[in-house]
Amino acid sequence: MTELIQRILPTVQKPARYTGGEFNEVKKDSKDVRVRVAFCFPDTYEIGMSNVGMRILYGVMNQMDGVWCERVFAPWGDMEDAMRQHDLPLWALESQEPVQNFDMIAFTIGYEMCYSNILNMLNLAKVPLRSSERRGLKNIVFAGGVCAFNPEPLAEYIDFFSLGEGEEITPEIISLYDKAKAGGWSKEQFLLEVSQIPGIYVPSFYRHEYNEDGTLKTIIPLNGAPETLTKRIIENLDEAYWPTKMIIPSTEIVHDRANLEVFRGCIRGCRFCQAGFSCRPVRRKSADVLYRQAVETLTDSGNNEITLSSLSTSDYRELKELTDALIPYCEENKINLSVPSLRADNFSRELMEKLQTVRKSGLTFAPEAGTQRLRDVINKNLTEDEILTTCANAFSGGWNNVKLYFMLGLPTETDEDVLGIADLVYKVIKTWKEHAVNKKRGLRVHVATAYFVPKPHTPFQWEKQIDPSEYLRRCKLLKDHFYSKSIEYNYHTPDLSRLEAVMARGDRRLGPVIETAVRNGAKLDGWDEYFRYDLWQDAFRECGVDMDFYTVRGFGEDELLAWDPINVGVTKKFLLRERHRAYEWKVTPDCRQGCAGCGANCLLKEVQCDA
Amino acid sequence: MPRALFEKTGNAVWMSHLDLMRLFQRAFKRAGLPLTHTQGFNPRPSVSIALPLSVGVESQCELLDFDLDGAQVPCNEICDRLNSALVAGVRVREVYENGSKIKNLAFLRCMVTLEYDNGVPEGAGERIRALFASDRLLLDKKSKNGITEQDIIPMIRSVEIKEEGREVALDAVVCCQNPTLNPMQISAAVSRYLPELTPDFAKFRRIETYDTNENVFR
Repeated sequence: MTELIQRILPTVQKPARYTGGEFNEVKKDSKDVRVRVAFCFPDTYEIGMSNVGMRILYGVMNQMDGVWCERVFAPWGDMEDAMRQHDLPLWALESQEPVQNFDMIAFTIGYEMCYSNILNMLNLAKVPLRSSERRGLKNIVFAGGVCAFNPEPLAEYIDFFSLGEGEEITPEIISLYDKAKAGGWSKEQFLLEVSQIPGIYVPSFYRHEYNEDGTLKTIIPLNGAPETLTKRIIENLDEAYWPTKMIIPSTEIVHDRANLEVFRGCIRGCRFCQAGFSCRPVRRKSADVLYRQAVETLTDSGNNEITLSSLSTSDYRELKELTDALIPYCEENKINLSVPSLRADNFSRELMEKLQTVRKSGLTFAPEAGTQRLRDVINKNLTEDEILTTCANAFSGGWNNVKLYFMLGLPTETDEDVLGIADLVYKVIKTWKEHAVNKKRGLRVHVATAYFVPKPHTPFQWEKQIDPSEYLRRCKLLKDHFYSKSIEYNYHTPDLSRLEAVMARGDRRLGPVIETAVRNGAKLDGWDEYFRYDLWQDAFRECGVDMDFYTVRGFGEDELLAWDPINVGVTKKFLLRERHRAYEWKVTPDCRQGCAGCGANCLLKEVQCDA
Repeated sequence: MPRALFEKTGNAVWMSHLDLMRLFQRAFKRAGLPLTHTQGFNPRPSVSIALPLSVGVESQCELLDFDLDGAQVPCNEICDRLNSALVAGVRVREVYENGSKIKNLAFLRCMVTLEYDNGVPEGAGERIRALFASDRLLLDKKSKNGITEQDIIPMIRSVEIKEEGREVALDAVVCCQNPTLNPMQISAAVSRYLPELTPDFAKFRRIETYDTNENVFR
């Protein structure tokens, strides 16, 4: 670590996030290393270190002989100011060496609102932003994560994208780079070769042409690049790499606990949910493998909390077997077992009570919509009865705290649906009055509404986003119908969700907008302290790009979509069918009640879809 | 209750007091040394560190009290097992039973190093010595009722000053409980009263703890 960094550290908040040196950090002798990867998370340390995907791939890369993967996070504003003032380039935590010295620079992108951080981090690293400005094999920039399923806004800046789950494809990429470096290849030669790896998308190998009305006309593959890009998946999760030796941050992070992924994919078809479709097919992990991994990771890390994660943990078939084994272990070792994303419909009182003996966590529901009609439209198979029954159970079990999450601006939503939220909240309050065992403490109902953002690869990928003023009107309408003191209502400001909607379905014309916004100071957009909508509005204006085109316009069903070449398994035909069913207020039963024919099972060769 | 004497150096100095508590709670678990837990709604492992150390300050004399649950483990074994479960920069020097009562901890010897990148200004050592020989040295102190002035001289037992290369080293013994003098205030005094001798950077290190009779505190 340089003397300069040492002198800066006392002047910034939470300096421990910039020093590395945590338990289980991987250090290698650079003399034994042929390929050095700077693995960048485009947000702060506290967020990035909580990310399971990053932990997996960090382990996968560092298992490779001759490869050293190090971590890089976005600095907080005070550190960025100090770095710019002292002309100090962005560094990686393990070796404390500048990112610009690395062979490869990888990003994991989970959220559209970190696009500015990606460019800002490259800028802080003194690495040219545009792919075309980085010549030669040094500083190859690649990216993966859910945002790679529509990577077009970043097409000019990222050399290639890795689609889908990274456990297998990442070593393939790095081995090829190793070969390229040894063979003295040009960057062009490397990109040509890497584009032949299934699941790799090299944006410079595709030409986008537009119609006069601004919609996409054609996407032409060049240099023999494939027309369709199919994401990669791991078929057998029991045998897949799982990081049981995890880095234990020396300072507090957002999810400061061990994390165990119990299965991948989702059997629910909530029509707004990108993960629910793009993470299919459903693949299981055995309870005995999970138990072994849980014990290993807890023993190694010394964590006092473990969470079972997945998109919908109650749909994990062996949840009973797993928790029956884990609960006694956790009790004996004073470990808090948390099981988030349990569904209200099969949230068994038994499991709730068992978990309570360790420590009581909160009760959260995401009905998403206030009326059954609208919940049918979005295919959120959660009924009012289920919510109220679960609440009644919880209240008689001593819970006094409920969080309810909704969205406003869903397709077909009317004022009646908005007021349905208020109705539901009052029914929850009434249920509490009838069932609470300890009324002295009072009830807290936290209600939050988000502004619906249509996402690619969902049945709602063609939908309009309602106008921000209309969204605010609906928020106010709802607010005016909350009278009880028990209710705490929060709603997202529309600006961020509007920008998110633009980026989510954006095309290549957004690249210059992001670059302009970053040049003018946009960064850390996911943080209220830093988000500046005015910078973004100016950038859109300066680049002549209309936000409405990507939001309130809606996309035509016969329109070519920027993400059409990317195949996440689920077919466009299926998404369209689901969209039409939504407009007919028809639910589609979950995959366990009958295969709806989404198409994702075509990605499997060795195993069956476990839906 | 057993006590561990440990040091915090290198990059570990950037960990906060709470970070350090968490580190030890996990390190005990990793080392297979279960701690007893506090009673109550939210049980916490019983570890406590005597004098919270400011972020950025090195120390070779930190004291951690803990309470093990279950079978007796010899002190030297606890020490070894903890060290294999800790991170670089945090090292247990010794574990022992029957430490002195924390309320008898009275003084702290610390080293304040003032760094001058362009060399130590002429006569700096002499002038700093004279400064600490004053009858009174008022410094701003932040308290609940806003900023008040505090005389730091009564809290300084001794201070020796040495010039070496580009550094002026102040080897001081100060009060550390009722009242407490943060060693950072020593360099703050230099910057306030001898602004032309404001260093480019100041480093702080705790060297030793003493009891009310000025014997080494363990």
